[in-house]
Amino acid sequence: MEKNLIDLRNITKVYVMGTEELFALKGVDLQINKNDYLAIMGPSGSGKSTLMNIIGCLDTPSSGEYHLNGKNVSEMDDDELAEIRNLEIGFVFQTFNLLARSDALHNVELPLIYKGLPKSERIEKAEEALYNVGLEDRMTHKPNELSGGQRQRVAIARALVNDPSIILADEPTGNLDSKTGNEIMELLEELNKKGNTIIIVTHEEEIALHANRVVKIRDGSIESDVLSEKGKAAMQRKEIEI
Amino acid sequence: MNLFLEIKENLIISYKAITANKLRSFLATLGIVIGITSVTLMQTAIEGINRAFEKSISAVGADVLYVQKFEWFGKEDWSFYRNRKDITLTQYDYLERNIQTAASVCPSVGTTKTLKYQDLVLENVFVLGTTNEYQITFGANMEEGRFFTQKESDGGYPVCVIGMDIRNAFFENTNPIGKTIKIGTYSFRVIGVVEKQGSLLGLVSLDNRVIVPIDRFFSLFGTKRSLSINIKAGDINNLDETKEEVISIMRKARKVPFGDRDDFGVNQQEAFKATYESLTSLIKIIGSLITSLSLIVGSVGIANIMFVSVKERTKEIGIRKAIGAKKRTILLQFLIESVSICLLGGLIGIMISFPISLLIDKFVLPTAMPLWVIMLGLVVSVIFGVLAGFFPAYNAAKMDPVDSLRYE
Ligand SMILES: Nc1ncnc2c1ncn2[C@@H]1O[C@H](COP(=O)(O)OP(=O)(O)OP(=O)(O)O)[C@@H](O)[C@H]1O
Ligand SMILES: [Mg+2]
Repeated sequence: MEKNLIDLRNITKVYVMGTEELFALKGVDLQINKNDYLAIMGPSGSGKSTLMNIIGCLDTPSSGEYHLNGKNVSEMDDDELAEIRNLEIGFVFQTFNLLARSDALHNVELPLIYKGLPKSERIEKAEEALYNVGLEDRMTHKPNELSGGQRQRVAIARALVNDPSIILADEPTGNLDSKTGNEIMELLEELNKKGNTIIIVTHEEEIALHANRVVKIRDGSIESDVLSEKGKAAMQRKEIEI
Repeated sequence: MNLFLEIKENLIISYKAITANKLRSFLATLGIVIGITSVTLMQTAIEGINRAFEKSISAVGADVLYVQKFEWFGKEDWSFYRNRKDITLTQYDYLERNIQTAASVCPSVGTTKTLKYQDLVLENVFVLGTTNEYQITFGANMEEGRFFTQKESDGGYPVCVIGMDIRNAFFENTNPIGKTIKIGTYSFRVIGVVEKQGSLLGLVSLDNRVIVPIDRFFSLFGTKRSLSINIKAGDINNLDETKEEVISIMRKARKVPFGDRDDFGVNQQEAFKATYESLTSLIKIIGSLITSLSLIVGSVGIANIMFVSVKERTKEIGIRKAIGAKKRTILLQFLIESVSICLLGGLIGIMISFPISLLIDKFVLPTAMPLWVIMLGLVVSVIFGVLAGFFPAYNAAKMDPVDSLRYE
């Protein structure tokens, strides 16, 4: 069990609003292996983003235990979590969340700055990451000089630049047309093939088809957790290999 | 990540933030500009007044001790000092013979007389009787001619050395050397002119005086006068030692019983300084406080702008945190931004006050902004930048990443 990259045990998240308590997550158990490709689905307000933020160490659970790579994350302080986010996790957001005043290169460089790498090494890695998402000719463009799809690629390059073990994407295609959305999904699929663990939140069935495993959430609880056709196929391949 | 790298990156960030809002940044610095301008000008003015004072008492001589009946700025009644035994030439001789740590010693005595040259008259001229040692003791430089010699001094020759005021009044277009003037009713031959001395505290002109051999002085103007014995210390750093020696010799010379207090004063330039300090320190403190007030107002303005800036950039803070910025990094980012704004204000302030200080120097008071005032201005800017930026920066640092990412 310790092999699991992500191990959530009885996670709850409670928001206290005045006198009311709002349970965004009601005891979630979830294990995710290395190199998994997981889609989280569910209606609006069901707790997808909340779960995602906890997995990504952006948020802390109200109760329950969370082990990431064998480390007990639920006991870490803010700065330790920041370090985990910096080194282990790459975020891709629906709204891109790029720094508006900085060009693509600087946006991608940022995680490396917080990691403390010297300038030359940073530039080299950031350029490589942008090259990998096909933006080598847009490095000096600011976000408002890029299309939505290009912005999301910058965000993906930023998520990848530090070589994290997990990519978290919360509705990465939500603000894109279906064609650009598909391009982004292909990019993520390639990353998964290269060994990255990927978790995406979506409410589009077609998007979820890219994943190996689909987790459905309703009202803060896991409703179902199944392998997709693709996942089953991959499973069979693995069994044959063994 | 190491602090140096962090500061460097944050400087770039704050440069971007400041230049992205040029007008607002400019307005924000205005308070600090005014504050630093007034603080540096105030300090320059104080410095100027101090220098003017030092210059005005320089004639007293920093390394000269004055043994007199009176104590400068003494606490006792005037009559208390007047009733003391006179200081006599005998005591001067005794001191002069015994002192080890002095470079030179001279007696002096003074009165005011009317001076005449042909049909020109000068009333109320200070007549000073002394020896040839006077020139060494006070470092008097000659404009023309020479000071009197030991022979002229000891022999009480009827020769005199005049100040520049007298020279200008009597000998505007002629050479004064060798001319005969009348001090009171007695004739003296002019042998030298002392170069311009200025005045003491801007009150007493030191150039409106005539110096004569002390023996001549006594025989013409009367002996019932108390002397001042003026001692130039061998080494200004050992002034206190010289003072101790002077006191012990003078006590013997004046036969002061053991245990009694001195019946004479040993005065020095310090007395002027101490009195000046006590008179002006309160004014200086109040002036500094009032000017600092403008700085405080300025920094409140900066704090305000910083709060707005943090609020506006909530989302940016969320993004930075999401990809790994620690609390300290965010704190430093906004602190450096606020310090940068204040430092910019400080630099502008100095760029304004420096030329003003040159104008003051030219037209009001001889002063130039000393380097330490410029440094003070910059250091104070940094301090106020930290003070103004701390709470906004702290607010930013402790923001919740999820909440700030969601902020619209
Ligand atoms: N900061 C908060 N304070 C109070 N309630 C919150 C807060 N954040 C989330 N919630 C509530 O928690 C529940 C789960 O929210 P969450 O954002 O995880 O939903 P979601 O599944 O991502 O929805 P969507 O598909 O619309 O993005 C919602 O009912 C939401 O109102
Ligand atoms: Mg959501």
